[in-house]
Order: sequence, then structure tokens, then C-alpha cells
Amino acid sequence: MSHETVLHKVRTALGRTAAQSVEALPPARLLVPEMDVEARIRSFCERVEALAGKTHRAHSAQDARDYASRVIAGRTAIASNATILSECGITSLPGVQAGFTDRDELRALCSSAACGITGADYALADTGTLVLLSSLHEARLISLLPPVYIAVVERNRLLTGLDELLTILPRPAEQTSSMVLITGPSRTADIEQILVRGVHGPGEIHVVVV
Amino acid sequence: MSAAFDEKIHETLTDPKLQLAIYKATGRLVEERRKSIEPDVCPDYQELRTHAHAIKRHTIEHLDHYLEEFTRQVEAHGGQVIFSKDAEEASDFVLSLAKERRAHLIVKSKSMTTEEIDLSERLEHHQLESVETDLGEYIIQLAHERPYHIVAPALHKTREQVADLLTERLGVPRETVIEKQTMIARAVLREKFLAADIGISGANFLVADSGTVVIVENEGNARLTTSAPRIHIAVAGIEKLIPRAQDLAVFLKLLGRSATGQRLTVYTSFLSGPKRGDEIDGPDEFYVVLLDNGRTKLLADRGKRQSLYCIRCGACLNHCPVYRKIGGHSFPWVYSGPIGAILIPQFLGVRHEPGLPFASSLCGACAEVCPVKIDIPRILLELRSEVKKAEAREGAGRLERLAFRIWAWVMRHPRIYEMAGMAAASLAPSESAGWVRHAPFNVGPLRAWLSQRDLPPPAAKSFRQLWRER
Ligand code: SF4
Repeated sequence: MSHETVLHKVRTALGRTAAQSVEALPPARLLVPEMDVEARIRSFCERVEALAGKTHRAHSAQDARDYASRVIAGRTAIASNATILSECGITSLPGVQAGFTDRDELRALCSSAACGITGADYALADTGTLVLLSSLHEARLISLLPPVYIAVVERNRLLTGLDELLTILPRPAEQTSSMVLITGPSRTADIEQILVRGVHGPGEIHVVVV
Repeated sequence: MSAAFDEKIHETLTDPKLQLAIYKATGRLVEERRKSIEPDVCPDYQELRTHAHAIKRHTIEHLDHYLEEFTRQVEAHGGQVIFSKDAEEASDFVLSLAKERRAHLIVKSKSMTTEEIDLSERLEHHQLESVETDLGEYIIQLAHERPYHIVAPALHKTREQVADLLTERLGVPRETVIEKQTMIARAVLREKFLAADIGISGANFLVADSGTVVIVENEGNARLTTSAPRIHIAVAGIEKLIPRAQDLAVFLKLLGRSATGQRLTVYTSFLSGPKRGDEIDGPDEFYVVLLDNGRTKLLADRGKRQSLYCIRCGACLNHCPVYRKIGGHSFPWVYSGPIGAILIPQFLGVRHEPGLPFASSLCGACAEVCPVKIDIPRILLELRSEVKKAEAREGAGRLERLAFRIWAWVMRHPRIYEMAGMAAASLAPSESAGWVRHAPFNVGPLRAWLSQRDLPPPAAKSFRQLWRER
């Protein structure tokens, strides 16, 4: 189609020629502060709660499992294939279905389940953000379709913030087709600026730090 | 100033409810932004702006290079890049793909670029159902209107108006509680997401070094749009490029804060190609439509090309004393406020709405809040002198000016306006259920105005007729 036409117009407008070299790009600006794990956890939990999310610091796998069980409260849930979830015994809780690798099956369950449960590849302390990379362990829809969302994060996965994430993963595209940053429950303020949670994604979010 | 512009301004100024709605909404956004950039929460805010400006400047100055790199990277990840010179080419691509894949239902997430090219309208002309899924955009689509604000498209609608719309268009019982209205929309749209064949999104950033489309949002509708259907098409202007994923450390912090006062929006998606071998879900096909549509014309102007740095945060609208009075629909295109005032003349020509660059007090608030430091007041001044020059040059503009004057005169004389309305009624489809899409008489501003939106079908009897018959 217009590939060459548009590129040609761009070059003409800029007075450049094809394959002309590029001046040095200003260096990336990434600042990673010093922050111990304890401070990261505190900041992370504070931020999640400020966005009306719930947090729980689990001192054992059993504790994480019990917390998840209380949130699920006898409802149906779908869990991702993250190792942390089976390690904590969350995948074997009553009502929890897991182990899906088929897209259609997963989609059908995600659209009927009350709760979605995932791990997290990383979490960002300064914004209260969960970072999920789509893979055979994590599907996109589990953190999105069910109205209640539970994420289980290992404490050593807590980064200081976005700058550290992009230092570790300078090109997320090399790892996955989809990386998503989740900061609090789904929300809108499109009618009269009134805040409503859970418009399309989950309105309730629980983060368990193990 | 054209009479149509004049008239829309007048309408907005004399509607006290609308005035209050604009004032409250923009005021709240101003306040949220202020809190989020205070030195104790964002000590390096000014450095971020300086850096963002430098990165944008570098990218735009070498745009051809980054477009090529982006294309290579998308292809390396199994996606496809389509360059379109205008609205028609962009929509033709979507149409032919939809036809090939036998698609019927399209879900869309909020995108000013697709508004700019009237994509939904074009698709619906070809019997495709195209549903806006951002709550504000959905309301606007139900109302057959244009977005009122770059970030908050339904800013001007009250809960009562939304209640009427939902009842009228969806046949649901009248509901005025905002939470419940939201849940009605959620249920309708959830069905659409699960049934859709194609998802169309915009892009906040296109990352050259990794072929990534970055989308920020709060609702989750963009994630659903780009994850549930088997085909994802992102439509974006060529100016959306940034060199590296690492540059997002700067841009994401600025965008959330400037738009709504959020440190990060609820969801930020980094999308790079279709679902990969071992991944469980995601689209099988991934396309990025890169749109020129006049951007290369802007690019050629050294002094004003910085208009293309805009990241559509809406901060300049919220802080503009003029926007806060005249609102979004007074502007003759999808982009409004200070950024609209500099983009419209450059995209559509300075004579399209000669009054625009003058509808500013040059107070400088826009430049002060712009996260990428676009010098909007200086560009406005340049455009003012271009308007003056064009007017002096143009003898041929006389006819058009006459049409404007007639239109102004008609609008100011209610009896004649009523007659024009009756003429419209007689020309509308007989059952009067259709919306008027073509101007019954050929007056410039009305025709141009209708090309952007529909008028409700004229009532069989006008209010004034009924009043006299009492
Ligand atoms: S011109 Fe600047 S302030 Fe206005 S919308 Fe664009 S980026 Fe935001």
C-alpha cells in the first residue's frame, strides 16, 4: 500500500534521505533507588490499599492458602499455571480450577468464574503495581474477566518501581507478546466524574505477598 | 470567525448546566494533576518534562528511521504494519480484512485517531457492527456525538441524560444511579467482547526498538479489546513513535499524572505481536495501521512540527480558560482546546475555521502544563499571522464568507430557522426514524458540521408550531 509513499513524504518533510544516519539519542533516564525488601513490601502494600485493593502478608504457604480460601468463600475460581499457586496449595482448594492450556476452555471458565487467581512476575513498590508477562504460566484473561482478582507475589519479586522493571527488562517484547502492569482495581469516572470500580475488569483486588 | 463556530460557542455559554459540568470536571482534573506532581511525590517532575521533550524532538526529527525500525520489529514478532496515507486507506484495510475473515462484530477501545478518521462510522456503512467499549465513548456512540474531551469523552453528559440514552437505545428500565448505569453497560459490552471477531485499539506509544504497542487505560476495555478477539488491529498516527521501551519510564509517569493525576493508570499494556507458541491466550493476528492523514504536512513545517509531540493527556484543555467556557463541541473537529486550536488549522487548513487561533487569551497556561513542553502560544501566534495572510490573499473566499453570513443570519432569526427545519423534515426519510446525514441546503458550515455527526430527525411538528397551535 502506501508504505514507501508515506516514508518518502516523511523524509522529504524532514529533509532527510533514505538510510541517512541518526544523531545520538539522549540516554535513557532510569533511576533505581536503594530500598530494602522490607521497605519495598511496606510501600507496595500501602499503595495497593490507597487504591482500594486489599493486601495480606503471608508468613507461610499455608497462610497464603487460607487467605485465598477466605476470599473465594465457596465460590468458583480459576487459577493460572504459576508455580507459586500450586506450591501454596491454592490450586487444590475446593472450587478452584486450574491447569488450562486451551484458549477456548480457559475463556469459557474465565467468563463464568467469580474469582481469578494468578502469580506475578514482578511487583512495583512505589506504585502498587503487579506486572504479568503472558506465558504458558500466565494467561491474559484470568486477571481480567472474573469480578474478583487475587494475585500471589513472592517477596523477592518486588522491585522499587517502573525504572527498575525497565532496567531488568529493557525489551519486554523479547519475552512475551503481552506484558501488563496492573495498578489497582478496574475503574471509571466517565459519568459525572463519579468513581465506579469494576467497570470491565475486576472491581475487587487482593494481593498476597508471600 | 465563522458563524457556526460563533453559534456553538453561544449555545455552550448560555447553557448553565453544561457550564457547570465543564467547570466541575476540568476543575477536578486540574486538582488531581496538581496533587500528583507535588515535589514530595514527584520531585523530578520538571526533569521528566525536559527529558520527554528531548526524546520526542529526537524521534520526530528522525521519524523515518524509527518508523522503519518499528516496522522491522513488529514483523520480527509475527505482526504486520500497514501505512495509510489517509482515512480511506486505513478504513479500506480494516474493511477488506473483515471481509476476508468473514468478521461481523468489531469491538473498539478508545482512540482519538480512529475518531479523527471516523472509523466506526465508515465500518457501519459497510454493515459491520463496531462497538465502542470505553464507558464514555460508548455513551457518546449511543448519543451519535463526538467526544467532548480528549480524555473524558462524555464529560458533558449528566446521569439523567445517560439514563435517557440507555432506556432509549437499549430498552432497559430507566436507571439514574451511576453505579448501576455502569453495570448495565458492563453487561452489554461483556457479551460483545466475547462474541467479537476483531478488536481495534489505538496506541499511546509505539516502541521502535521492540515493535511494541503501548496502551494505557483504567477500565480494562482496551485489554479486553486486544486480548479476547482473534484479530487485533492497532490504529495510530505516525507521530506516536518513541525509540526505546526504556523511554516509557519517563512517558508513563507524565501521562498518568497529566491526564488524571494517577502515578500510573490502572492498566498499561505492552503488546508485541500475536500470541506466541506457548502462550495460552491472545490474538492470532496482529496489525498496526500507521496513519499519515496530514501529519507529513505538519512535519514539513520546522517551526510548528513540535505540535506532533502531543501525547493527548488533555491537561492543556483542563487548564485553558477558553476551553473551560466554550467546551469541546464548539471546536470544529475531534481535537479541542489549545491542542485542537493548533492542530485543526494545520490539518484542515487555516481557512477551515479562521477564528480558532484567535480564540485564546494567550495566557500561557497550556505551555506551562504540557508534559512534553509544546510551545502552544507561540504556534497560535504564527497561525494567527497565517490566517491574516490567507485572508488578504483570498478574493475567492468571498462566496464562502457570504454563505457564513447567511447561515449566521438564519440562526439568529428563529422563524427562518424554523422554515429551514421544516425543509429538513420534508427531506428526511418518511418514517423519520433515520438521522439526518446530509444537509438539505447547501450552506458550507452546516454541511461541514454534518459530515462529522448526525442531527436527530426533525420532529414532524416543531416546538414553535405546537406552541402556536395551543
Ligand atoms: S498539547 Fe501537551 S498538554 Fe495538550 S494534550 Fe498534548 S501533551 Fe497534553
